[in-house]
Amino acid sequence: MLKQIEGSLGVAEAVALCRPGVVCAYPISPQTHIVENVGKFVKTGTLKDCDFLNVESEFSAMSVAIGSSAGGARTYTATASQGLLFMVEGIYSASGLGLPIVMTVASRAIGGPINIWNDHSDSLSQRDSGWLQLFCESNQDAVDTHIMAFKIAETVGLPVMVCMDGFVLTHAFERLDIPSQEVVDKFLKEYEPNEYLNTSEPISMGAMVGPEAFTEVRILQQRKMARALKVIEDVTKEYRELTGSKSGGLLDCYNCENADLKLIILGSSVGTAKDEIDRLKKEGINVGIISLKSFRPFPYAKLAEAIGDTKQVICLERAFSFGGRGIICPEVKRAMEGKNCDIKTVVAGLGGRAIYGTTINGIVKNALDGKFTEEFTFFDVDASVLNSYTQKTEGVSFPNGPICQSQIDNSVNM
Amino acid sequence: MLQIRLHGRGGQGVVTAAEMLTLAAFYEGHHAQAFPSFGSERTGAPVVAYARIDDKEIRTHEPISKPGVVLVQDKTLLGSVDVFGGLDPNGFAIINSKDDPEIVVPELCKFLPKGHVFTVPATDFAMQKIGKPLPGAPMLSALAAVTDILKLESVQKAFQERYPGKVGDANAETAALAYNYIKGV
Repeated sequence: MLKQIEGSLGVAEAVALCRPGVVCAYPISPQTHIVENVGKFVKTGTLKDCDFLNVESEFSAMSVAIGSSAGGARTYTATASQGLLFMVEGIYSASGLGLPIVMTVASRAIGGPINIWNDHSDSLSQRDSGWLQLFCESNQDAVDTHIMAFKIAETVGLPVMVCMDGFVLTHAFERLDIPSQEVVDKFLKEYEPNEYLNTSEPISMGAMVGPEAFTEVRILQQRKMARALKVIEDVTKEYRELTGSKSGGLLDCYNCENADLKLIILGSSVGTAKDEIDRLKKEGINVGIISLKSFRPFPYAKLAEAIGDTKQVICLERAFSFGGRGIICPEVKRAMEGKNCDIKTVVAGLGGRAIYGTTINGIVKNALDGKFTEEFTFFDVDASVLNSYTQKTEGVSFPNGPICQSQIDNSVNM
Repeated sequence: MLQIRLHGRGGQGVVTAAEMLTLAAFYEGHHAQAFPSFGSERTGAPVVAYARIDDKEIRTHEPISKPGVVLVQDKTLLGSVDVFGGLDPNGFAIINSKDDPEIVVPELCKFLPKGHVFTVPATDFAMQKIGKPLPGAPMLSALAAVTDILKLESVQKAFQERYPGKVGDANAETAALAYNYIKGV
């Protein structure tokens, strides 16, 4: 059914359609509207047979999620930024225990300095947590991906983070097609765990594993991730056939036929980039976009196929690794190992700095003019802000325009 | 695609107005998108919200820097915030004021084509019918009257469905006052 609603409400409706048994959360912007709405559905009886738990912190939220999922209930929570970090100990336990929790991360920068705006530093900080991480490019994608996420999680036996851009998507009021309860019930059967905590047939979960078997347990987790690649594709196919949706998948290609350059983008900037790529096409510039949906598991083979024989790839990254470089780029290089392809990171859109069509245009023009000479470049820099500090403290100034790693290195060796 | 930027102050329902605008557009079969500028949700602080209306899927999520229409819900922003920044030279502006445009924004009247700048006493209308200084509904119906992109009835329906009962009805009546004011009825 078509509705004109806030992205957060759309996600809340999608979650409710999945009939979770337990929802627990602690409010943090920009996730709050999602769980507030789920809470209302429970209170008004729209969502039946669901316990909604207000907890006193994100650590408790994840602890409750672990307990309820281990107890055999379909479990949902949501968080963002510092809240996600506060959960971390539990996050690793949830994946280690193989609990199919679904959690929304309304992606937002991590402080300090405190910043409430959108980038990907929170979700990408959990790269190695053992959770699946699915990124959404639009609110429709977010609605559909949440529904698919429960099925993917329960099929694979691992928790799933659905990462949607905070504010930009969660607070956008848009036309959404919300599937009917009948369709979702057909797609997502009642959760039947293989084993769960049950007082009449007691088992123990999460026992200590010593050096004699820890490696093997880890291999089993890696095996689940390997299986997840196919499960994501299968579940997406099934969902698309049932609903006519175009959402989900491991990745999505736009204008990728014979593109001279391909941009790899995660999240809501994909839509902005698509519009700009259409404008560039009228100028005779042929650029493809690969919307990377699944960051964990990383679809190496599928991505190599999507890049094909394109010689130049730019990863538009909205987070990076301090003292290192980009986070997406090394994965793409791994996917393209041994192939003649120039792959670089361009960082933009940190801490809510808006990514405009003109940002995409600038990245494309710079890339095609060979101006990104290094692997790692900050693109949308305001040199005057930077210089207002470095000139005063060290007498160092940066020129206007993008700043690459060697400029940073040289600026400290003067 | 019509891009609209709404300026006001926290507490005046600027973000709600942007949402109601897209709801009205939705009723008429358009694709529409509304979103606030983030981080300034304090009573009295300058607030910006954005809306887009199109007949195809709206994919972009960038803020609107070149609006076709600017709505100013609070004229005390004039002079302190660059509310008309980036406005299309053939665009429209609607300002909440009972004074004539030539008095309120003389520079803008020279910049835009004749008949593209409007004032509407939206707060006065709101006080008459709602009893609170909430100029959202009359500003939207003024937009509908100026651009003909929406029907008055759609704006009224948006408020009546979101706020069923007295509040919605009062907003609908206020919207009619502003619509007729612009149309000169």
